[in-house]
Amino acid sequence: MATLSDLSLKDRLWYHRYRFRRVEPLPWQAQGPAVERCKVATVTTAGLHLPDDPPFEKVKGGDYSYRMVPLDAPLTSLVCSHPSGAWDRSGVEADRNLALPLDRLRSLAEAGEIGEVAPRHVSFQGSITAPLRLVKQTAPEVADALIHDGVDVVLLTPV
Amino acid sequence: MGLIAAAMEERGIRTVCLSTFEPIMDQVRPPRWMALPYPLGFPLGPPHRPELQARILREAFRLLEEPGPGPVRREYDPERDG
Repeated sequence: MATLSDLSLKDRLWYHRYRFRRVEPLPWQAQGPAVERCKVATVTTAGLHLPDDPPFEKVKGGDYSYRMVPLDAPLTSLVCSHPSGAWDRSGVEADRNLALPLDRLRSLAEAGEIGEVAPRHVSFQGSITAPLRLVKQTAPEVADALIHDGVDVVLLTPV
Repeated sequence: MGLIAAAMEERGIRTVCLSTFEPIMDQVRPPRWMALPYPLGFPLGPPHRPELQARILREAFRLLEEPGPGPVRREYDPERDG
């Protein structure tokens, strides 16, 4: 488990000053099928995307855009353009399953432990310090796209 | 990530979050999350450990059985099942 002391001094100072936005009361979807019948998608903030997609940008407030990753994309072809130096990307670069565990979800689906793997998965970059357009625009857009795909459960993998 | 989780839950999709960084989770409060004993950038542990990755996912999906309300936290113990 990482702790605050793992962050650089600059990132620690930011953390102590930053006022995190959250939704109150906490939304909680109580109903849903058993996991063996669920269609599962992954949403990561590792900034992974297809090689032909535009990279995430280092902009003030953070890049609130997202990239869709089709299930049939070769995982090893995905590139990481997350601009933050606050995390060690060597693991994700060695094995994309650390952020988008699509190989593992496929195996779990084949074994009947989850219902199905969704046709599309999603990548954001983290470090979005001004999240208004994420909240108003891109997060709802992504949720609607996943609902369109029939997704029941989203696995979130922040880095 | 808490804001993305909220957008999903509000629209009827349940979310399960894997996290290696408890201080941030206490702030962003995803509804269901599992604490993992790995460094930042390694939400499913060291690379190329498919069995470990599958165990983490199985354990994380058990959070879906929690009745709520959230936030609900579970700790992944790598010793428990080898």
